Amino acid sequence: MVVPILQQRVRYLFSELGELAHIAGEAFRSLRHHRPSWRDFVEQLHFIGVKSQSVVITTGAATGMVLCAQTYFQFHKVKMDTATGAVVSVGMCSELGPVLACLMIAGRVGAAMAAELGTMKVTEQIDALRTLATHPVDHLVVPRLLAATVAAPLLTAEAVAVGIFASWMVGAHLLGIDSAYYVANMNRYTAPTDVVTGLIKATLFGAAIAVISCYKGLSCQQGAEGVGKATTEAVVYSSITVLVANFFLTLFLTRLFKG
Amino acid sequence: MIEVRDLWKSFGPQPVLLGTCLRIEKGEAVVIIGRSGGGKSVLLKHLIALLQPDRGQVLVDGQDLCRLDERQLLQVRRKFGMLFQMAALFDSLTVYENVSFVLQRERRHTEAQMRKLVAEALEMVELRGIEEKKPAELSGGMRKRVGLARAIIYRPEILLYDEPTTGLDPVAGARIDQLIHRVWEQLHVTSIAVTHDMASARRISKRILMLHEGGIYADGPSADILSSTDPVVHNFVNGIVPADSQSFA
Repeated sequence: MVVPILQQRVRYLFSELGELAHIAGEAFRSLRHHRPSWRDFVEQLHFIGVKSQSVVITTGAATGMVLCAQTYFQFHKVKMDTATGAVVSVGMCSELGPVLACLMIAGRVGAAMAAELGTMKVTEQIDALRTLATHPVDHLVVPRLLAATVAAPLLTAEAVAVGIFASWMVGAHLLGIDSAYYVANMNRYTAPTDVVTGLIKATLFGAAIAVISCYKGLSCQQGAEGVGKATTEAVVYSSITVLVANFFLTLFLTRLFKG
Repeated sequence: MIEVRDLWKSFGPQPVLLGTCLRIEKGEAVVIIGRSGGGKSVLLKHLIALLQPDRGQVLVDGQDLCRLDERQLLQVRRKFGMLFQMAALFDSLTVYENVSFVLQRERRHTEAQMRKLVAEALEMVELRGIEEKKPAELSGGMRKRVGLARAIIYRPEILLYDEPTTGLDPVAGARIDQLIHRVWEQLHVTSIAVTHDMASARRISKRILMLHEGGIYADGPSADILSSTDPVVHNFVNGIVPADSQSFA
């Protein structure tokens, strides 16, 4: 009983991965052969980048502050208060910044993409596009993919900067850490590769979120229930991808940059 | 010329088309009739390769659509225009952006030329001054007419209509039929519609095909089909429930 269900699940998983790879392949093929619409790209960049700022800034600030406070509480016991800034900075740049910012992007933007494309699917707008000799990947996926790939690292950089600033405010002004040592240790222990690692991760996460969410929207089943399911799955799959991919990217990029 | 050879299509365990064959010549005005859920729209979507058959061929000017990938199909689809059952206008775009969609993608026309072409297309479907409205602000009949304007603006050779009068009141339906007939006459297109509205079929067709139990059951000039004495055709055309009918489907 369990084996056939497991087989079915595995088959479904591979089928989904195959479809996902197909859409990603079509998107890259489209980028090679067709000039994307600048207007669609800018619209999506505005939607993903500009309109996600409040969410991402809040996430960055809250994470920076709480990370600073918790680190300080532990380090204070061993008289390492001034190392707090370094831990916050490295953690925010290479791990927490890209992961948390992109989880928020997955929640906000991934859901919107899947819901919009899913609604277009069930109202035959995707079929209408095809009858108008337009490939849905060219018109819908590529601008979203490009915009998410550009916006995610920028939003991550913003979240990291705000998070570090917020941690400095908390550490130096609320918890009484010496500001000069806080900043000096932060600069000393944060390598440029930490920043680059975070930005590379965010770029890949942004692309993954766009491809997964667009795929879920385009493969949406009929009816309101189908759109709801596609939206939920887009957020869940995007978030899981961000979390799982982060681990492997951390291993890979650390080995790449630090040997 | 469109030719369908031995077309089979199932959705899961549900068979819809069972070896359907048909041939439509250039410039014909054809209506495909049949019961709701009988596969008319499925057949229509195969003609433009929006669906892929399980088996069989769809030939457009001798080219088998079933052998082409999605990007190759884009070239073939330039020959087609399609009006969907619910118009399928892009709801995030204005009427102008909807109607000029193909022109904007082609990037061959200036803004002024596109404005002129859109105005002409809207004029043809008897709509004026609604370019800046969103589809949500339009009535069902207006949405269908905008959908028709979007389909004819690039002068396709073949126009497909999926239930063009469904959801409209009789007057609005008759108006759409007039437009379909006028477009067929003036643009010399091949017109293929699916409908179960017999009044509409009478108005817009020269030839009627009846789809029944997965195949073409009857095929002939409109007048002959509409006055047919064959019990299946007669019952359908006149809305007669057969005495031995067991279901309301």
